[in-house]
Amino acid sequence: MACVDHAGNAAAFLKDKAQARWHDEALWYVRKKRDAAAASVPEWEELRRAAEAVKEHTLAHLGHYLTLFESQARANGIEVYWAENGQELNDIVAGLLREHGAKRVVKSKSMLTEECGLNAYLQQRGIEVTDTDLGERIVQLAGQHPSHIVLPAIHMRKREVAALFSEHLGTERDNDDPLYLTRAARAHLRQKFLEADAAITGVNFALAEEGGVVVCTNEGNADLGTALPGLHIACMGLEKVVPDARALGVLTRLLARSATGQAITTYTSHFLRPKPGGRLCVVIVDNGRSGLLQSGQKKVLTCIRCGACMNSCPVYRRSGGHSYETTVPGPIGSVLAAAKEPGRFASLPFACTLCASCDHVCPERIDLHDRLFAARRVAMESTCFGGKRRSLRLAAVLLRHPRLYRFVMAAARAVLPKLPRNWLYNRHNLWGLEREVPMPAKKPFRQMMRERKRG
Amino acid sequence: MKRIGLFVPCYIDDFYPEAALSTLEILEAHGFDVAYPENQSCCGQPLFNNGLPEDARLLAERFVKLFGAFDYVVAPSSSCIATVKYRYREVLPQKEAEALGKRVYELFEFLHDVVGVERLRLPHPFPHRVGLHQSCHGLRELGLGCPSETFVKGCGDKVRRVLEKVEGIDVVMPSRDECCGFGGTFSVQEHALSARMGRDRIADHTANGVEVITGVDMSCLMHMQGLAKRDGIPLRFVHAAQILAGRAE
Repeated sequence: MACVDHAGNAAAFLKDKAQARWHDEALWYVRKKRDAAAASVPEWEELRRAAEAVKEHTLAHLGHYLTLFESQARANGIEVYWAENGQELNDIVAGLLREHGAKRVVKSKSMLTEECGLNAYLQQRGIEVTDTDLGERIVQLAGQHPSHIVLPAIHMRKREVAALFSEHLGTERDNDDPLYLTRAARAHLRQKFLEADAAITGVNFALAEEGGVVVCTNEGNADLGTALPGLHIACMGLEKVVPDARALGVLTRLLARSATGQAITTYTSHFLRPKPGGRLCVVIVDNGRSGLLQSGQKKVLTCIRCGACMNSCPVYRRSGGHSYETTVPGPIGSVLAAAKEPGRFASLPFACTLCASCDHVCPERIDLHDRLFAARRVAMESTCFGGKRRSLRLAAVLLRHPRLYRFVMAAARAVLPKLPRNWLYNRHNLWGLEREVPMPAKKPFRQMMRERKRG
Repeated sequence: MKRIGLFVPCYIDDFYPEAALSTLEILEAHGFDVAYPENQSCCGQPLFNNGLPEDARLLAERFVKLFGAFDYVVAPSSSCIATVKYRYREVLPQKEAEALGKRVYELFEFLHDVVGVERLRLPHPFPHRVGLHQSCHGLRELGLGCPSETFVKGCGDKVRRVLEKVEGIDVVMPSRDECCGFGGTFSVQEHALSARMGRDRIADHTANGVEVITGVDMSCLMHMQGLAKRDGIPLRFVHAAQILAGRAE
């Protein structure tokens, strides 16, 4: 199995220095906005603890809340379906669309359908799927995947978007004025909304007590998309359920502030029943989540997908979301991917310096750096790290035998300063590719101490 | 008199002995009986951090054997101390790990929390503009500072508070308190990214016109020093202990 080469991907991303700098600064700007928004809430830390308690409680009684949600939703006239994996989700959605005779679908943001490859599945069956979140539409036109869960096209500059829009939407080639481009996208999407036979949305929260789902967007595209067609299919991971609207109140205060620094998303829409004459179908998807619930990484199921950990991560900001080759990138994505396929994603828990900044911005107080630390244990067993494992085990032997270690260091002290430069600096010395190698001191500390004792 | 076991991380022993010597001198100047158990070895951090805790077990056991009897264990490195404090729980009996964890200190944490800022004896002036690099393990695991993303009441910049007691010093913080990109084997495995992160930190400091960059983790400084040297940037990198001990000139 091929392993994701995060280091190589990151190095490729960094080649365009101006682009990489812009990416870093744009996301740092979002982080600063988050800091300001969080600081504006005096009880921020208490709020985080409350959110953590809400989600942990829900996970501890997940079966109860999912069943409650199902019965309440059904009582409200919502159809509820269960999918064990991505394939089942795709089949259920395709089946519903077929029943409805739907050929054109508008879809608002859903990382779950991205995870399950729904777009490609439907397109292969002759159904036109239009992503209606502006950033998602941009990456869709470019034939790419989102590089960030909240800002899907953050890796692209406006001039690239201008070129893309001129190709697909017929805008002026060199006009990269954001207002002009946004208007063009709006006109284009408006047409898609009017033509749509069905709407697909994600779900940010499902309320068990009330039996409804909540979708948060900043563009109102979920509301526009679901307004006209008679069929609305909402796709949710089973961890999205929360006890009730009171619990929701805690989480919505944190979600937008953590994500973009807004007090609340522009639209926080509640879908409690189908509209008159229409159908509202909710598909609850497992796709590995119940496995996570049984594992040591259970805590990551409390994630509300705000993206704050990505914005705060110095590695993510400088390597771009695509470097992770996952649906959800960054710190949380690395834990999720490594839990699911530790072999293929073995490099991701190591695409991290354990700086722990992600822990502090996470509204759910997920101990992400400890989760990544734990994931390394499994990742290290991967064949991709055979070489690294062997050299570290060798180092371990050396460190366990201080005399041997000191002998090696004495040799290094004698030899290193005398080596010709090209012996020290070549492609085998990864440290030295961009950095000078430190030289051992003339006298190690332990020798200084011996001399000090002797006086 | 309280007895301190001086823990000198392996790379400091061989590459930056001045940082260790400075630590010893500062502790002695404050009236402690400091011992240096010579048979010490690495704390095991590289093995823990790379998912090989079983290979680190013997190092952790050796650490307990050598340092278990001291009133305090002090080291000029926040990341090694964080390892002893938080990672030894994985391989040692819980009680033993917790008891040890309570007695280990990074030098500046020790000076701030145990000696007390008002009782410091720092006779060596350092009239320079100094950029303080807060290393991540110190900042976020040991709580030596207040990370910009948190809003915890009552946290204090311990390293900065101690450093600012030095006569003539002008401590300047960079605009971002983020990771320098060293990260142990990360610096090798993700060398391009690591170098980018380090260069960004250096640029942040040089924009403030500092002559010296200091911190409590020589490993971060070593990484940035290597980059600055390669790029021909005339900056000095010294461990903060050297500034206190008058060994930074």
